[in-house]
Amino acid sequence: MDDIILETRNLTKHYGGVHALQGANFVLRKGEHVAIMGDNGAGKSTFVRQITGVEQRTRGEIIFNGSPVNFAGPLDAREAGIETVFQTLALADHLDVSDNLFLGRERIRFRLGPFSILDYRAMREATLEALQRTGVKIPNIHNTIERMSGGQRQCVAIARTATFHSKLTIMDEPTAALGVQETAQVEAIIRTLKEQGEPLILISHNMRQVFDLVDRIVVFRRGRICANLRKEETDGQDVVAYITGAKTQPEYEDAA
Amino acid sequence: MSDRAHGIGGLKYDPRQKAKPQELNVLIALVLIVAAFELLGRLLYGDSFLFNTRPNVDAIFNWARLNIIILQVSIVGIIAIGVTQVIISGGIDLSSGSVVGATAMIVMSFAQTALVNGNPNPKAIFGDWAMDLPVLVPILVGLGCGLLAGAVNGVLIAYTRIPPFIATLGMMVSARGLARWWSNGQPVSFPTDSFAALGKGMMPVVYFILLAILFHLILRHTVYGKHTYAIGSNEDAARMSGINVARHKVIVYALAGMLAALAAIVLCSKNLTAQAGMGVMYELDAIAMSVIGGVSLAGGRGSIIGTVLGALIFGVIISGFTFLKLDAYYQEMVKGAIIVGAVVLDQWRQRRGAASP
Repeated sequence: MDDIILETRNLTKHYGGVHALQGANFVLRKGEHVAIMGDNGAGKSTFVRQITGVEQRTRGEIIFNGSPVNFAGPLDAREAGIETVFQTLALADHLDVSDNLFLGRERIRFRLGPFSILDYRAMREATLEALQRTGVKIPNIHNTIERMSGGQRQCVAIARTATFHSKLTIMDEPTAALGVQETAQVEAIIRTLKEQGEPLILISHNMRQVFDLVDRIVVFRRGRICANLRKEETDGQDVVAYITGAKTQPEYEDAA
Repeated sequence: MSDRAHGIGGLKYDPRQKAKPQELNVLIALVLIVAAFELLGRLLYGDSFLFNTRPNVDAIFNWARLNIIILQVSIVGIIAIGVTQVIISGGIDLSSGSVVGATAMIVMSFAQTALVNGNPNPKAIFGDWAMDLPVLVPILVGLGCGLLAGAVNGVLIAYTRIPPFIATLGMMVSARGLARWWSNGQPVSFPTDSFAALGKGMMPVVYFILLAILFHLILRHTVYGKHTYAIGSNEDAARMSGINVARHKVIVYALAGMLAALAAIVLCSKNLTAQAGMGVMYELDAIAMSVIGGVSLAGGRGSIIGTVLGALIFGVIISGFTFLKLDAYYQEMVKGAIIVGAVVLDQWRQRRGAASP
């Protein structure tokens, strides 16, 4: 089908004898926002690490944007259009916002190999534009990252993924360490991505957030997918039942 | 579109809100140290440190002293420029002093003149073919040596993942050995006139200033500079952003090696001789200049302007101690204390920087 942006078939990862991820079949369509939920150690992060090439899967297939992919590392995934906001933010603390946004893909005024001259002005303007588009509010883009709050840092990391028109954004617990206001700010950005039709995989423990933001919830339990729920057809208690193992959808019965 | 009044909510760009440059603190420290020497000089000897007191000279400042201050730090200052970018990238280079020694020996061997006062050169290393070569030959040979030494450092650090401290320590010992082996410990002397002209008078200062400007521009305005800061700030982030960290490190150390070689060329030209013991402890002086100038040993922070100011502080302190007629022993003790003090300050600055919201 044309509108499938990401599909995994029988995706499996073993760490030695530990079966961290078992036969995950997952589909994400264009413009769709999907939450991945589950207890600690249920396989959520393992699942993401296989997709983004941080680790190499034991078995299974990943089909991204219509063709099977084998990412050797996170860079390959990024070049293919998968941007990830990791729990540990990949930001350079001593550089400012636009430096970080454009790190590794700087705008150039004059090409001279490694000594190419930076076009600060173009990067600054593109940064302001990107921040506006994503609704990120940062008091002064000339502040270095080390002078920013956790929420602002998270916003910069997200703005980076949004700046370069990625085909898929993955966020691994983006608000886990944030306060109420900062969380609201990050959620506003996620809504903006939704309006712009950018597909998203959100890993979160926050039930309220998940129900606010996404279309579909996929529940992982003990390394397997145990439920695939449309938001309208479920509620918080139902999801908790799946997370804890009280319920399992019939089509995933063998996972129990 | 005006630069200000941009954006929604709190989002704006205000050029006036740029963070206060850290170099300002170093500049203030420099001024305070000069003032302290001026005061002590007046109190103890009734003499001025900074100003001209000789009635037969028509000048406001004591130019002779000022010239010596900058001249005596400019050769190590050239090394410090290279060391600064190494430290910003999160590394350290202990080999530069020894690279100066080895390069000086090799360079001088290609810069010798055949006849000294009508007699054959008594210190000749090679045969007639290496005598009276164009001045470009020793320069290129020297730069090649520095590039090679630096690249070896860089490759060891980037590809074997051994700590920069160990890799450059190895180079420090080996290069010094090479310098001694080169002519069995004998000095190499009697350069051609054109080679001797390279380091005459205030020429070292000219090179120091030009190289400082060049590397300031490189670090601030090129992709290379941005990536150097990024790697020192967060190497994993740099790698995730697609920067070829290994290749970049090789360039960083190779450039540091070339700057050490340039310092060697200027030094042996100025002294008209090369000795195996040249450049001993220069690496530590260069590191000290950088650290005093605000370059963080943890990487990611610092600037060439800071290092130049750090070098000036260094020069002022050495001159000041001579001016106050204090023993050279005290100079070294105080130098050590200043280096430790600068690192303590850096640690404190980092903690404060990380804690602020």
